[in-house]
Amino acid sequence: MSDRILTVRMEALDSHTLQRYEAAGGYETLRRVLSDGMPAGIIDEIKTAGLRGRGGAGFPTGVKWGFLAEATPRYLVVNADESEPGSFKDRQLLERDPHQLVEGIAIAAYALGVHHAFVYVRGEYARPARRLQRALDEARDAGYLGEDVLGSGFDLDVTVHLGAGAYICGEETALLNSLEGRRGEPRLRPPYPAVEGLYARPTIVNNVETISSIPWIVRNGGSAYSAIGPEGSRGTRIFSLSGHVKRPGNYELAMGFTWRHLIYEVGGGIKQDRALKAWIPGGASAPWLVPEHLDEPVTIDDADRLGTMLGSGSVVVMDDTTNVVAAALSIMRFFAHESCGECTPCREGTGWMERILERILGGAGRPADLDLLADIGDNISPGLAWPPAMTTICPLGPSAVSPVVSILRYFRSEVEAMVHGGDRA
Amino acid sequence: MSRWSAETQDRARAIVARYPQRRSAAMPLLYLAMLEEGYVSDEGMRQVAEWTGLTPAQVQAVASFYTMFKRRPPGRYLISVCASISCHLLNAAEVLAAIEEETGVAVGETGDDDLFSVERVECIGACGGAVALQVNYELVEGMSPDRAREMCRWLRQERPDLIRSDVLQERFGGQRSFEWGAEEREGAVAPVPAFGPYGSAAEEPA
Repeated sequence: MSDRILTVRMEALDSHTLQRYEAAGGYETLRRVLSDGMPAGIIDEIKTAGLRGRGGAGFPTGVKWGFLAEATPRYLVVNADESEPGSFKDRQLLERDPHQLVEGIAIAAYALGVHHAFVYVRGEYARPARRLQRALDEARDAGYLGEDVLGSGFDLDVTVHLGAGAYICGEETALLNSLEGRRGEPRLRPPYPAVEGLYARPTIVNNVETISSIPWIVRNGGSAYSAIGPEGSRGTRIFSLSGHVKRPGNYELAMGFTWRHLIYEVGGGIKQDRALKAWIPGGASAPWLVPEHLDEPVTIDDADRLGTMLGSGSVVVMDDTTNVVAAALSIMRFFAHESCGECTPCREGTGWMERILERILGGAGRPADLDLLADIGDNISPGLAWPPAMTTICPLGPSAVSPVVSILRYFRSEVEAMVHGGDRA
Repeated sequence: MSRWSAETQDRARAIVARYPQRRSAAMPLLYLAMLEEGYVSDEGMRQVAEWTGLTPAQVQAVASFYTMFKRRPPGRYLISVCASISCHLLNAAEVLAAIEEETGVAVGETGDDDLFSVERVECIGACGGAVALQVNYELVEGMSPDRAREMCRWLRQERPDLIRSDVLQERFGGQRSFEWGAEEREGAVAPVPAFGPYGSAAEEPA
């Protein structure tokens, strides 16, 4: 695809260095916006671009920026807590082109009137965090960060902060609590972070891929970006392909193709040419899709129409040998382990569903277990729809319901057969 | 009362200075406590409380929330095997079983000789290189049961002071999520994420 924006420089082995980034015109956009002195114009460009957040929720970035309250100091926090099972795109952006992110941070901070930005990197991403820190040090030495950036009078400090193994900190308010040295438990909203975020100051929290897109958009203009991809899914995004696919990896694509194209052309099809059974379209939180959906377009709004989401762009492919109960159990274990425990329906429900899936898989399932699973799910996410209704503060609980809804919706007879000891199989 | 070494205190001061409010230093300082003592001890939490202005109880609440803060000393090499969906689909369970057998250490345990700790972890962001694992938070992708066994034997024999992703991947890894690019000479000196500002990284001489 010729539409790549974020991954163009990564063919070079030293794509993470300042030298390589500058050779490709890096930091020229920052230099220009600082000399133009029109921060509000940057926010307009981002709105025009139609960029939607790449962390999972897909909220329009320019609109979010527009909500930032006037009070100072205010903060920018980059969410690099990438932990959604199936997702590994931010790791590549951090490791292979950290200067693109750093320039994005500097431009965003200037647009937002921020003088201290943070990058919250998950603790397991030691190598990406080192690359990012080195890029920040290089950028500071070159005058792109620190006091009086490029002689403009604009000051910017950037701190890398390592998490310590908690998926929930990818939720933006849990992340802010964690960054304040607290347990990573989500906050009730409102107030939203744009009004009361880090240290109760106005704060913008954006994903790595979102901020990495900023230099290109500001350099080429919002309308150039919005010319790529269909309405509602503008620009490129990085799809992480994994599971039973021949060519797993990160693929930056303009949206609008079909799932068949993504799985069979881009991903090369199913390992050993087996049959496709199901796939997760947007990370472990997303309800699954099945082969009847292969010719549906891959856009944010079409995924929404099918009762699921593109989320963080992570596609996990399952072939016909997959035991769907075992797969659902793997996902349920994840959520049960990562539930922060703040809300009862999620804390109790995820563990309960985990135990039920375990007993079904172990051959000790009961016929009533299918309805029981749906009932527990309904207590976390009333109506079992997507986007979910919630009895919880954050979407982790409803996300845990997704695998259960998926196997009951598409593989009910298979689950029933396991419950009945195979005599109905 | 064993206070932190002068070096660790200097590092703590530099870490606190990275934040507008010192309470934000709690997590980095807990890593520092692990580097100092090998785990998060009660005394370590008291030190963190002093540096951050939190109470020891608040620090304990934080330490107990995050799985990477270890309240018991892990072995010299902490092997963390991913069990989340993409690795699950590509038989992570077999890799984990091979490691348990080769090290003689069960999941969640540390061996009697304190050489290995083995844990099953949730997604480590290497799904395109499933099955993935980390040794002292240094990543290896494309693991098979056989290669995992070889890796454990090598670690036992060589006992490297520095654990580097690039070395492990080169020797024992397979399919990667993406091209890693230029070699990285920094690595981990302990079962703590190797990150310069926390003092947990060292560089292999060229």
